Amino acid sequence: MTDLDRFLSTFFNLEVMARYLPMIVDGFVLTTYLALVIIATGLTAGLLLAVIRSQQIRLVNWTIVFLVDMFRALPPLVIIIMIYFALPNVGLGVSGFVAVWISLSLVLTAFAEEIFWAGIVSVSKGQWEAARSTGLRFEQALLYVVLPQAVRLTIPPLTNRAIAITKGTALGSVVAVPEILTQAQTGLSFSYNPSTLTLGALAYLILFVPFVVFGRWIETRFAWKR
Amino acid sequence: MTLIIDSFFNVKIMQAAFPLLLQGLGMTIVLCFVVIPVGLAGGLIVALLGTQGSNWVRWPLVAYVDFFRAFPPLVLLIFIYFGIPFTGWDIAPFTAVVLGFLLNTSSYYGEIFRAGIESVVRGQFEAARSTGLSAAQTMAYVVVPQAVRNVVPDLISNTLEVAKLTSIASVVALPELLFAARSAQSITYNASPIVLAALFYLVLLWPVVRVLSRLEHRMLARH
Repeated sequence: MTDLDRFLSTFFNLEVMARYLPMIVDGFVLTTYLALVIIATGLTAGLLLAVIRSQQIRLVNWTIVFLVDMFRALPPLVIIIMIYFALPNVGLGVSGFVAVWISLSLVLTAFAEEIFWAGIVSVSKGQWEAARSTGLRFEQALLYVVLPQAVRLTIPPLTNRAIAITKGTALGSVVAVPEILTQAQTGLSFSYNPSTLTLGALAYLILFVPFVVFGRWIETRFAWKR
Repeated sequence: MTLIIDSFFNVKIMQAAFPLLLQGLGMTIVLCFVVIPVGLAGGLIVALLGTQGSNWVRWPLVAYVDFFRAFPPLVLLIFIYFGIPFTGWDIAPFTAVVLGFLLNTSSYYGEIFRAGIESVVRGQFEAARSTGLSAAQTMAYVVVPQAVRNVVPDLISNTLEVAKLTSIASVVALPELLFAARSAQSITYNASPIVLAALFYLVLLWPVVRVLSRLEHRMLARH
């Protein structure tokens, strides 16, 4: 057997790949579902917090800034492990899936709030004043005038952040969520052939490369006008 | 209430775990001091090559950057640490982590530096060349310094992400902060060491988050 043959049969063993494909597909479906749920939860909560922050109630704002800072400073894996291994100690056990969902949603909420808030602040004061002077109430001005302009500016950073955070679903392998990486590692321990990892890697690329390319496109499309 | 304090803020257990966690913190800091400069250097090289004219160089680099931006860092690390031994090279956890981080962070830093270099107006380049500087000197003394200044918030933001990401080294048994905390937790059956590790991370990284938040808002105010 030549070196190349050995390399191919180690990392690209089609027989092993075919055997573990169904497992990886299951993982793919779960990873996609988890990623979508995290994006939906994180973006909604982030937008909500940014809108609450625009009401400028001092005590509320301090709390928001404190929480946002905390979830920007803590490594996501630390948050997942805290929720998964620590909460059962007080009788609040959650599944690995829920632990990852909550953790990454909190992280995305923190980043999204900052980005949405930056977007709201960037809309010039004149827009607010003009909107209010036409008789719109505060909420109407926010909803119909400020947010549409703010959201446009936030799309590129939000896309990049959402990709970076949903890639963190792979951390679920640490708390036994049967997502792609877990399935690939299980396959490796059964087959003793790392082709399952190659297959898992391909699954991640199929899932995330389109988003990265989309992010690149959107960055030029919605670029800041200097 | 006592249950919460006993399981999360148990002072006795925290005291016992403190020396171990301090060692872990030391390793985390060593890791940061290795992977951040390596990633910055790799990223700068990627960006410099990627902004040069030839499409034969540019497109493979775009593919490299997008590939590793789409690839979860933990998957990369597992692939390196558990896959490479099958080729006969018994890779140490530290080497695996540094290699994985080089590939991942150089893509992110590369993308940031590229944006920075592209933000420097063409006239700067032409003016520098017309004073007699070579292309390399122009990049080193004129373009790169301005490029870096334009992307300082993004560089800090990514460095913060890299520092947080070192926690995944715990998965390949590198004894950094999170690994130390999990060892202490499994010995004591108590979550306080994890809480203590989280506090360490907060003390270390909170100031960075604050500075970053200020910088981001200032950048925005200029628009």
